[in-house]
Amino acid sequence: MLKYTLIPLLPLLSFIINILFGRNFIKDKAHWLAVPAVFGSFVLAVSAFMDVQSGNVININIYNWIVSGNFNVTIGFLIDQLTAIMLIVVTSISTLIFIYSIGYMHGDSGYYRFFSYLSLFVFSMLILVMSNNFLLLYFGWEAVGLCSYFLIGFWFHKKSAADAGKKAFIVNRFGDFGFGLGVILVFLTFGSLEYLQVFGKANSVIGQTINIFGYNLDLITVICLLLFCGAIGKSAQMPLHVWLPDAMEGPTPVSALIHAATMVTAGVFMVARCNPLFSLSHTAMNTVAVVGGITAIFAATIGLVQNDIKRVIAYSTVSQLGYMFLALGVGAYSAGIFHLYTHAYFKALLFLGSGSVIHALHDEQNMQKMGGLKKHMPITYWVFILATLSITGIPGFAGFFSKDEILYRAYLGGEVGKGLWMLATVAALLTAFYSWRLIFLTFHGKFRGPHEQEHHLHESPKVITVPLMLLAVGAVAAGWVGIPPLLMEHGDKIGEFLAPVLGHPHGEGSHSEEMMVMGMSVLVALAGWYIAYKMYVRNPELPQKVGAKFKPVYNLLYNKYYIDELYNRIFVQPTLKFSDKVILGFFDKSIIEGVVNGVPNLIGVFSSKFRKIQTGLLSNYGLVMAAGALAIIGYMLFLR
Amino acid sequence: MENVIFNQLNYPILTYTVFLPVLGALLLLFMSNATLIRWTTLAVTAATFVISLPLLTAFNKSTYKMQFVERHEWIPSWGINYFIGIDGISILFIFLTTLLSMLCVLVSWKAIETKAKEFHIAILTMEAGMLGVFVALDFFLFYIFWEAMLIPMFLLIGVWGGPQRVYAAIKFFLYTLVGSVLMLVGIVVLYFTGGNTLDILTLSAMQYPVKLQYWLFMAFLAAFAVKVPMFPVHTWLPDAHTEAPTAGSVILAGVLIKMGAYGFLRFSIPMFPDATKFFMQPMLILSVIAIIYGALVCLAQKDLKRLIAYSSVSHMGFVTLGIFALNSQGMEGGILQMLNHGIITGALFLMVGIIYERTHTRVIADYGGFATLVPWFAGLFIILTFASIGLPGTNGFIGEFLILFGAFKAQKLYGALAATGVILGAGYMLWLYQRVFWEKANPDWTSASHAVRDLNLREVITLLPLFILIFWIGCYPETFLSYMHSSVEHLLENINKPAAAGPEDLIAQRILEIF
Amino acid sequence: MVPLSWYIILSALTFSIGVFGFLARRNLIIVFLSIELMLNSVNISLIAFSHYLQSMRGQMLVFFIITVAAAEAAIGLAILIAFYKNNPTIKVDEINLLKG
Repeated sequence: MLKYTLIPLLPLLSFIINILFGRNFIKDKAHWLAVPAVFGSFVLAVSAFMDVQSGNVININIYNWIVSGNFNVTIGFLIDQLTAIMLIVVTSISTLIFIYSIGYMHGDSGYYRFFSYLSLFVFSMLILVMSNNFLLLYFGWEAVGLCSYFLIGFWFHKKSAADAGKKAFIVNRFGDFGFGLGVILVFLTFGSLEYLQVFGKANSVIGQTINIFGYNLDLITVICLLLFCGAIGKSAQMPLHVWLPDAMEGPTPVSALIHAATMVTAGVFMVARCNPLFSLSHTAMNTVAVVGGITAIFAATIGLVQNDIKRVIAYSTVSQLGYMFLALGVGAYSAGIFHLYTHAYFKALLFLGSGSVIHALHDEQNMQKMGGLKKHMPITYWVFILATLSITGIPGFAGFFSKDEILYRAYLGGEVGKGLWMLATVAALLTAFYSWRLIFLTFHGKFRGPHEQEHHLHESPKVITVPLMLLAVGAVAAGWVGIPPLLMEHGDKIGEFLAPVLGHPHGEGSHSEEMMVMGMSVLVALAGWYIAYKMYVRNPELPQKVGAKFKPVYNLLYNKYYIDELYNRIFVQPTLKFSDKVILGFFDKSIIEGVVNGVPNLIGVFSSKFRKIQTGLLSNYGLVMAAGALAIIGYMLFLR
Repeated sequence: MENVIFNQLNYPILTYTVFLPVLGALLLLFMSNATLIRWTTLAVTAATFVISLPLLTAFNKSTYKMQFVERHEWIPSWGINYFIGIDGISILFIFLTTLLSMLCVLVSWKAIETKAKEFHIAILTMEAGMLGVFVALDFFLFYIFWEAMLIPMFLLIGVWGGPQRVYAAIKFFLYTLVGSVLMLVGIVVLYFTGGNTLDILTLSAMQYPVKLQYWLFMAFLAAFAVKVPMFPVHTWLPDAHTEAPTAGSVILAGVLIKMGAYGFLRFSIPMFPDATKFFMQPMLILSVIAIIYGALVCLAQKDLKRLIAYSSVSHMGFVTLGIFALNSQGMEGGILQMLNHGIITGALFLMVGIIYERTHTRVIADYGGFATLVPWFAGLFIILTFASIGLPGTNGFIGEFLILFGAFKAQKLYGALAATGVILGAGYMLWLYQRVFWEKANPDWTSASHAVRDLNLREVITLLPLFILIFWIGCYPETFLSYMHSSVEHLLENINKPAAAGPEDLIAQRILEIF
Repeated sequence: MVPLSWYIILSALTFSIGVFGFLARRNLIIVFLSIELMLNSVNISLIAFSHYLQSMRGQMLVFFIITVAAAEAAIGLAILIAFYKNNPTIKVDEINLLKG
């Protein structure tokens, strides 16, 4: 039991020590503690993985967290096959990125702070995947959001970074609003928050309805959709995707770890974790699939025209997350998790590679000012190529297997699935195009930056390139655990491994259909490469012509469909204006304070009139007194 | 008296706790040296804190009955007794009051230079008054403490406050007095209805006719709603909190405004269960309005202290929402959230006071980039920010979650609406943090002559206990929740008991005789 | 024997003179004297009634009034002097400190 508890505890320890003593004592030795801690977690995670390989499930409760009336929730861990995969992904990539950060963050004044936050993040993420109940999941969920906030705003003296951090947290809060209500509703429905108990009772509530605003809605659907709200926020799906591209203000290792490989996949993990619930609601499943499919193509179109190297990859992440949700939505949970797992490696590699480039160019992120880096940075170039081959789905590379599985499952997924399959295939074409565009703009052609910079171009140090190469191995080979049965008997090891938790996907197609889907995906991958090659290597002036010809479309895409502006116009500004002018200015200051100050003022007005009676002159008082006495005597004498 | 447990300890611990500060205040009368006065006050508050600790350890958590009870005749001809005791609802506030009073002395060490003696006397009498309110079990005694508390606070704001202090002090005083007077009428009615007794427990055990309950509920509501403060009688709070000296703001936010909610739990709900159920809807609606309204106003604030003051309106909305959800999660969450709010907002005011001592400005726009100037300060402040937002792992989460759970259980719509307050909360707090601590530093503060110092040892010691509590409650709230389980359970049983056929006509007749 | 009504008429006349003096005169000392006059007019009627009714109550009340009047005069004059020290005037219509 201690072993499993130590997995999250080691990074937490590293966080506490670094944050308390980092500023004055540890300073630039912060990694001495952080790297061994996270590596220790990795070792323990591998050992945990071994423990569950035989089909065991480890469920331990440590102590009662909150007890109130019949409400009871514990701090406890559930380690099953799904968790084991997530543990491996999180700890292995974290270890590599920690090492990478030693080089990347070298000399930064907040070095100790960086490693503290990263350690805290690893702790939170491990809690998130290891929890055995919804509330502890929520704990991890919010805590990773917190770390994301700190790390996006790491260079807080830049207004853009500060804004982006705040935006990420608040946008996520919108999703968590639904998620939190979902968790509460789960308890009210099932009387427990523990996964195993909830899922055990899932079948008993089929057909129950809940009354919301007078409509009777299916209870399970409502629960699932509320939970999915959280996933939309955390995994940056439409319409809450806006925070992720801005999150690129954070240091690049952060983008790789948090905003590509681990945290943003928490939503995917959560939906997969709750698959016994989601499977019971068609509506919820279709929603997940449609949101995923639309996000996949939507983000890909924006990625086509962006110039910031990290933003392109960020939109690519949003798009790939869409794929994962598409897989979950058509019931292929293991395909979704498989893609999560391969994506973690090749996307982390892409980010770290771009980090290497940015590092070499002294924080230049605009691809229009790059070019021709191939000969200066050969290692970075080649790992980039491998990652791109992987993401575009070239056979043999990791991304091919997982993406193909998703496309195939979508294809089998009925009418909705077919439509989404077509969307996803188009998105794959776009993915191939923008990924190769990135490579060609960055590494091919002539260097377009300032002339003096060209002489200083150099390959990054070993501490950066070694993690890159290790990740490249993952980007190539990670997919080999999930080779479709069509190509290799018993090749889908990961699917089998996850089956106890996630079940088997429904529906089987013929070989010819599977071949067709596979062929299509390879075809679009090559087509994407070809178009990008034509446009950016053969005819470098072509993109401008195309852009000029389709000016409105280009502007629309370049400005991200104006969604940020739209949100700003219809949510942010009106709320601020409303609270300032109406609530504070009118209601609080005029109406309520008007009454509060008005009553005393009214009394004041009256008394200022009445006090005039008091002249202060003795003779006046005497006269009134005499008149009063006369009046009384008169009354006594004549009126009685 | 079958529903109380007389003092388990062999000395009158509650009397000691309540009157030690008074003794200290009397002692201060004979002193003139400011340093001596500060140390004496600190010693007295620390001693009060220490002697109140056995309450926590000796407390019997398995019963709802009043404990550590002391009862002596006081004015027998009117049936008035010196009757004090605590149960699971009040015990945590004793702890909070003694703790915060001690910290208030520490934080005022350098800030108060004029009339130091009078200031410390005011703090000590204030402490005694607050403790008295939480322990009193006789309405006469209760009302004396309730009103006595106002005077030192009035002076704290009016003498040591900011530029608008006189306006704020008078507003605070009159506002609360108007409410209290209506409560006094309610108490008098109870006295005659209940057979010439002012014993709170006896009066709680009685049943009152439903119509009378409505009137009495509203009379008590007037007093408690102002104290909480509930929307729309909240406008004294921003002025009072903003103008008060740091110690005053901390006591106001930490303890004073808890008394309204405490009043609901101690009087309104047990005495008038039918009225409570009748008024549940409006109370929930007002709570939800307070949550959202307070949060929206915070978004528009330009003054640091005022923003935190308005956030209290929002947070206390959560408290009343939980209490009037009338289920155990909501109520326990509400009580815990009161404690949490005392800790978090208390600490926020402490920190704002600390930074104000250095910068002498409360305008948010004057700040910026303080994370580089005062890193430890910024680090602690971010913890408070997130505790206030209700991030899991901090105490704010436990309270807010239980309250939202309770509210959602009682009324789905209100639970959902209140949860939007959590989004807005993140909005205003993070925006505040960004404007004060992030971005470019205002050049005024970076020049060597105005350099802003980071926290010193005294300030760290002042803040530390509160930060420990934030994480303690966040990770293991059972320490604190366990005190209230039995009391809350008993309270809820009382409400849900069907109205038994009591001698209603008889009581109604007595009422007619009175008027 | 002087009939009772004569006394009462005398009392009423002195009382009226007192009232007139109190209302019409400006000098504070005179106002004071007017008050004394009113008190004494009451004394006259009290004595007269006392004799007429053969009851000692009236005379008892007169003694009361005399003592009170003496005390009142002493305090009044003391206030007057204290006031005069601050505001050197004894004209009634110049004294209006209690004006609202």
